[in-house]
Amino acid sequence: MADQPFRNPNGGAIDRGQPLCFTFNNRSYWGYRGDTLASALVANGVRLVGRSFKYHRPRGIFGIGAEEPNALVQLGQGARTEPNTRATQIELYDGLSAASQNCWPSVGFDLGAVSGRLSAFLPAGFYYKTFMWPPHRWMAYEWFIRRAAGMGRAPVEADPDRYEHFNAHCDVLVIGGGPAGLAAALAAGRAGARVILAEDAPAFGGMLRGEATTIDGSPADRWTEAVTTELRALPDVVLLRRTVAFGYYDHNQVGLVERPYADLAAPPPHAPRQRLWHVRARRVVLATGANERSMAFGNNDRPGVMLASAARAYVNRYAARPGKRAVVFTNNDSAYAAAATLSAGGVEVAAVVDVRPQVEPRLLETLRSRNIESIAGHAVLRAEGTRGVSSATVVALDGRSGPARRLDCDLLCVSGGWNPTVHLHAQARGRPAYDAGIASFVPGASFQVEQSVGAAKGTFALAACLAEGFAAGARAAAQCGHANPVGPTPLAEAEPPPAAIQATWRVGARHGRREKRFVDLQNDVLDADIELAVSEGYRSIEHVKRYTTLGMGTDQGKTSNAVGFALVAEALGADMAGLGTTTFRPPYVPVALGALAGSEGGHHVAPVRRTPLHDWHLGAGAVMAASGQWMRPQAYPRPGETLEQAARREAETVRRAVGIVDVSTLGKIEIHGRDAAAFLERVYTNRWTNLPAGRCRYGLMLREDGMVFDDGTTTRFGEHQYFMTTTTAQYTAVHRKLEYYRQVVWPGLDLWLVPAVDAWASIAVAGPRSRAVLAQMLPRADLSDAALPFMGAMVGEVGGVPYRLFRISFSGELAYELAVPADRGAAVWQALLDAGAPFGIAPYGVDALNILRIEKGHVTGAELNGRTTADDLGFARMLRRDGDFIGRRSLSRPGLTDPDRRQLVGLVPADGVTPLPRGAQIVTEPPRGEQGSSLGELTSACISPHLGKPIGLALVSGGRARLGQQLLAVSPVLGRQVAVTLTSPHFFDPEGARLRG
Amino acid sequence: MIIPCPWCGERPHTEFAYGGDATIRRPAEPAAASDAEWFDYLYIRPNPAGAHRELWHHAFGCGQWIEVRRDTLTHRIEGATPASGAEIDRDG
Ligand SMILES: [Zn+2]
Repeated sequence: MADQPFRNPNGGAIDRGQPLCFTFNNRSYWGYRGDTLASALVANGVRLVGRSFKYHRPRGIFGIGAEEPNALVQLGQGARTEPNTRATQIELYDGLSAASQNCWPSVGFDLGAVSGRLSAFLPAGFYYKTFMWPPHRWMAYEWFIRRAAGMGRAPVEADPDRYEHFNAHCDVLVIGGGPAGLAAALAAGRAGARVILAEDAPAFGGMLRGEATTIDGSPADRWTEAVTTELRALPDVVLLRRTVAFGYYDHNQVGLVERPYADLAAPPPHAPRQRLWHVRARRVVLATGANERSMAFGNNDRPGVMLASAARAYVNRYAARPGKRAVVFTNNDSAYAAAATLSAGGVEVAAVVDVRPQVEPRLLETLRSRNIESIAGHAVLRAEGTRGVSSATVVALDGRSGPARRLDCDLLCVSGGWNPTVHLHAQARGRPAYDAGIASFVPGASFQVEQSVGAAKGTFALAACLAEGFAAGARAAAQCGHANPVGPTPLAEAEPPPAAIQATWRVGARHGRREKRFVDLQNDVLDADIELAVSEGYRSIEHVKRYTTLGMGTDQGKTSNAVGFALVAEALGADMAGLGTTTFRPPYVPVALGALAGSEGGHHVAPVRRTPLHDWHLGAGAVMAASGQWMRPQAYPRPGETLEQAARREAETVRRAVGIVDVSTLGKIEIHGRDAAAFLERVYTNRWTNLPAGRCRYGLMLREDGMVFDDGTTTRFGEHQYFMTTTTAQYTAVHRKLEYYRQVVWPGLDLWLVPAVDAWASIAVAGPRSRAVLAQMLPRADLSDAALPFMGAMVGEVGGVPYRLFRISFSGELAYELAVPADRGAAVWQALLDAGAPFGIAPYGVDALNILRIEKGHVTGAELNGRTTADDLGFARMLRRDGDFIGRRSLSRPGLTDPDRRQLVGLVPADGVTPLPRGAQIVTEPPRGEQGSSLGELTSACISPHLGKPIGLALVSGGRARLGQQLLAVSPVLGRQVAVTLTSPHFFDPEGARLRG
Repeated sequence: MIIPCPWCGERPHTEFAYGGDATIRRPAEPAAASDAEWFDYLYIRPNPAGAHRELWHHAFGCGQWIEVRRDTLTHRIEGATPASGAEIDRDG
């Protein structure tokens, strides 16, 4: 399809029947189904894919998978755009669009590249040192630095996709679907275990994909197909492709992210874009493979420098040639196969440069048969070329074998050895240990129930990987009690053991020419930066990491850390084993916030609680407001009314006639048992044993530190039967705390607590005509003062509906609270409105409720703020003198008896008209600048319809002794200052004549 | 973490609310406690590195308070019992 100049005519696991068009940096290209963005770019000969983070140097594709440090792109547009995605892991789909990052204004002409020329001013610790400048200098540079050092753009629109979470349990979780992982899953599955096999790539096979080797006599790809077919047929095996294990947590919990529709521009309707799996596994087999690493030589970041294994996979897996003429630079045997593959795939290989003076004869024979020169005992000193490699300069390492040679090439394949992917092992608190035999960190002692196999363990021969994986799978299954026969171990051709690696981290003198040698490509960390950090006194590898930003990019140093650690060890004169590694933390690869949030976004962040009367409120045009998780009517504005006018009218209706309000949100707990009264005496501050049946009492609850916790009324309905109400806000906390005292502190008491908030619809009927309305509703009930006095309660039944009726008042008016089963709430509410129509009844919301309680001087959450004592709030008379109750012991502590504590008072403006500024501080004189101290704060304020003026409640130091004093209420935030007079908090009917009817 | 609720079995820790050190006991007679003893009860928690007895409330489960024996360094959980000291009758 169209011209893909670097695509071979045959081979590769791509579907040439499905050509796909895509754009990169606004140019159109063609690729095939099965390509990644990176392989399609390789096939099209696109070499320059981005600019580096700090120096804005041109960069090309370096790797093949999750380790990619350079080819980070902004994928997609609009709401689905995603920054920092690795081109090597983006599956190609039709219409895909992607763009380079870190380029401003474009990848070809980059203003930031000037910083490449100013690099002497951007050494290690640059940002730290910048922050030490005078602040105004930082302000001046901030705009430029932020612009130049950006790492892609987050979408600004809301995420259009959905995400979901799965919980799963299994016997054996196998992470990695290469040869070792497939063998492990096969053995565990055959043994009868519940198995989950997770593979990051779109296809199983790992390093086998596209390779010519054979297993059990079949080509590798066919063996993979046979194994996955067998596994799919097993009922207790789950195979997950496009699924990466990103975090290993306590108790063998592993986090996986599945991208089920990664090969499409968008998921199908109603399907999730990503799925986060919380897997709890009894055993975990880590078959996560290994990442090849580079070596630090001059200009080792130029486009065209690529990991040897990546170049090999582009040819084998995607039939894409990463260059025309290659030089391979290695310190180990694995790159020879890469050289042979490149040669067979149509890339001319000029030479294999090996730092080792001796090369195995069979490897030499491989090269000779392909007409590839072997240059042993040499190293690549530097690459030449700016926008891409044009040649490599090769020098002898013994310094005697002739002058430097320059080899023309546009592809420079590097193999500095292999790092087993120990990330999950280390996240699981295993301790990676340095293995000098392969010059890498390998898994050490495990902490959790996990085991590494294959390349993840430092085992690289295919036959050994298969055997190790198969044995581990069978053993893990057996440890979970599954011991069905597993059949013979899969067999691969035996390979001769490789010759030893010659650990090589850097080529060239320590303070050699001025070309840059990169350790960390993504964060632009040079060997010189690491040496500077050590020379400035950094010793710990963790500190060097933070100072230089080594390994702190989105790739978390997958290709760079080992080299960096080695250079630190070298500079310190320490050995690698003693130096150790930095801490491996989740996530292994970046995880989208949407996946972590799952379905808990938008309205689903927290549950919304609605009362049984919710629909009625909506139908009546109520303005609803959230009160914690509850939705409550704020007011019921009539046409032309503001919210404030509506609340005022509603409050006036209660004072003048009668109103009803939905109080179903108040907490309710049934307390039953022989010791219920004794329990109440311990959790409340006042007396309960003398409360007769059929009566309610107001109760105050403290915390053990003496502060008020909650308040409410509790009613005695029978000898051992009490019914407690709590505030809306504290219900859950009160219930949990009461259960704590019942179960843990006083387990000997005989009582039960039953949460009952959802069982009842509760309606307060308040106002001078409330009794008349109820008399219409409950014709058989005796509502006289004698039968139902203030703080009395009764039960009854009307029209087949059982009810509880309490004569309690929050508004200060004659008032009742009627509780009926939740499902009858709406009918009873409507019946009350009908019965009350002749009396001028109206529903009221929480705004009117708030006005009424401020007029009455009742406290709510603003005053019960966790820092007020009973005495502060004027409740000292509610503290029983005898016996123990929660918080009693703290009341005598000096801080709680201080006469200067802030006490509840009322406030009115001195001029009688100016509204009080919300959130005001109470002071004696106007504050000057940031000086001055506060005597207290305004906690609640309203304009009282009853008094016709603004009023407020405040907590003021020594407030009760200051009644009548004039102070200032100031709000620096609002820029307002009002002279106020301190009064009693009881603005309305302080004697309580009204509520007694 | 997986917490073995003695009433419900093994459940994820996200179902539980942490309740603090289980070895801190409310003085049986607070009035008889000295200021220092009461202060210690209110505010002082040893926060040990290693073996720890602690309370958890199975808030999104059975609603019971349980005492869990957990190693704070390893998160290994040895076991859990009802915080009330109740005996569980498995056959009942
Ligand atoms: Zn439970």
